[in-house]
Amino acid sequence: MDLYQELILEHYKRPVRAGLREPFEAEVRHVNPTCGDEVTLRVHVAGRGGDAVVEDVSYDAMGCSISVASASILAEEITGGSVTHARETYEAMHSMLTSKGEDPGDEEKIGDGVALAGVAKYPARIKCALLSWMAFSDALHQAEGAQQ
Amino acid sequence: MTAAPFPDEELARIRADFPILTRTVRGGHPLVYLDSGATSHKPRQVLDAERGFYERTNAAVHRGAHRLSEEGTDAYEASRDTIARFIGGRASEVVFTRNATEAINLVAYAFSNAAAGGGGGHGDRFGLGPGDEVLVTEMEHHANLIPWQEACRRTGATLRWVPVAEDGRLDLTDLDGLLTERTKVFAFTHVSNVLGTLNPVTELVARAHAVGALVVLDACQSVPHLPVDVGGLGVDFLAFSGHKMFGPLGIGVLWGRPELLDEMPVFLTGGSMIETVTMERATYAPVPQKFEAGVPVAAQAVGLAAACDYITDLGLDRVHAHEQALTERLLAGLATRSWVRVLGPADLRERGGAVAFTVDGVHAHDVGQVLDDRGVAVRVGHHCAWPLHRALKAQASTRASFAAYNTPGEVDVLLDALDRVPAMFGLEVHA
Repeated sequence: MDLYQELILEHYKRPVRAGLREPFEAEVRHVNPTCGDEVTLRVHVAGRGGDAVVEDVSYDAMGCSISVASASILAEEITGGSVTHARETYEAMHSMLTSKGEDPGDEEKIGDGVALAGVAKYPARIKCALLSWMAFSDALHQAEGAQQ
Repeated sequence: MTAAPFPDEELARIRADFPILTRTVRGGHPLVYLDSGATSHKPRQVLDAERGFYERTNAAVHRGAHRLSEEGTDAYEASRDTIARFIGGRASEVVFTRNATEAINLVAYAFSNAAAGGGGGHGDRFGLGPGDEVLVTEMEHHANLIPWQEACRRTGATLRWVPVAEDGRLDLTDLDGLLTERTKVFAFTHVSNVLGTLNPVTELVARAHAVGALVVLDACQSVPHLPVDVGGLGVDFLAFSGHKMFGPLGIGVLWGRPELLDEMPVFLTGGSMIETVTMERATYAPVPQKFEAGVPVAAQAVGLAAACDYITDLGLDRVHAHEQALTERLLAGLATRSWVRVLGPADLRERGGAVAFTVDGVHAHDVGQVLDDRGVAVRVGHHCAWPLHRALKAQASTRASFAAYNTPGEVDVLLDALDRVPAMFGLEVHA
């Protein structure tokens, strides 16, 4: 089964940067109603405009290996990078996961995220992988609103 | 003499009636379908009956005077009679809906429509307002919970519920405090769709009737699997769906005591359900037509009647015995795996043919995916019973549910496939 890459199981067993931390500008909670998976995610952004940096992504994820691993990969790839980079990574992940397998993912852009490429072929699991990314996108939007 | 499970030869004949069971999935694995609690497959006899209706009789029934309309109406009403007899009722007590969810909503709306002065009924028993209570249980499928939450919201009544004990049975310790003269309706499930728990219906009905409450029984998981007799159960309303009992999608049944159906205000309105209509107002047809607005689901009714005949031919007592044997085999297999926790009663006599379980440290989605990789189809998640999962401290569960066509060998395939889970997710397994 190409769904459960070793890298996914590693992230599932030892999620990177797990737990909720301060400071943060926005906290969101997203739920997958079909299975009850939940993620609470906080974003801490420093700086403004082109200089804005995602200082921290902290989260509490309850769910299947795909959703937990995806949150872990997100925190690893996004933390410490620019907000611009975070948006590009989000777009690249979203494109890969919703491509039905057409877009294999670009490791340059999404790093460990490519391990989730197999999810695109299992329609029932796409939402598991997308959950924390949707939460992050929502939180980032709110954090930027809070800065205005 | 108690009924026996189907022997191999008979089981092979039954399976041959279900075309879909010959297909393979996920790289050539034979389909092992253990999700009949969600929806069952359909035998040729049902598919042929529905197709036959469309090919020879198709008409909008209860309207028109042409030949096809007459035959279609006859087929529709004959189906109602077959389905009514299947549950020990009369045709005039059976209302066809789109599914069981709509059947329960029909009753829930009768309460709030009566409170709002809705037409078509005069029953005081359906008044609901502040100070009144609706009682449900913590093990309900969302279909028998949300309609009552909303009915309470619309009327100002209070929703209360019977809790579930750790062993997956209803905790009736405080039933006297919950079921009182304030209770207007007690809605509960016959068999839990998650745990398979068989609830003590006649006892609960007696307690409800003693305080003057009406009883609505969700029979979705019982009517397909064990003999159900509305008279013997003593309930006031009973709802089930066609597609979980070898019948077509798109049809559900509400059985109700005739005097109550007569008193109930109308629900969905429009064509078919009227007696006379002017620009200002309408009067309504007698039961059951007054609850069947729009062109009736005739082909589905014909299909569902064929499903009832099919089950009757198999023998519901034998279907039940067969599913009990499969449940016993699965419970025994799961009991030897220390990393599996079975939800629900340990005693087979208090269970229907559904087994939900959790694997320590592995989410149900992942368990289901590993099983699916070997062609085993199970349900994963909260199975539309989120509060029940919360009560049992399980975020989600994996559920195997049986029908007459399942084999002991399929239970073994499930158990074998399940054994891949611990290694895959790095669990430390202690024998």
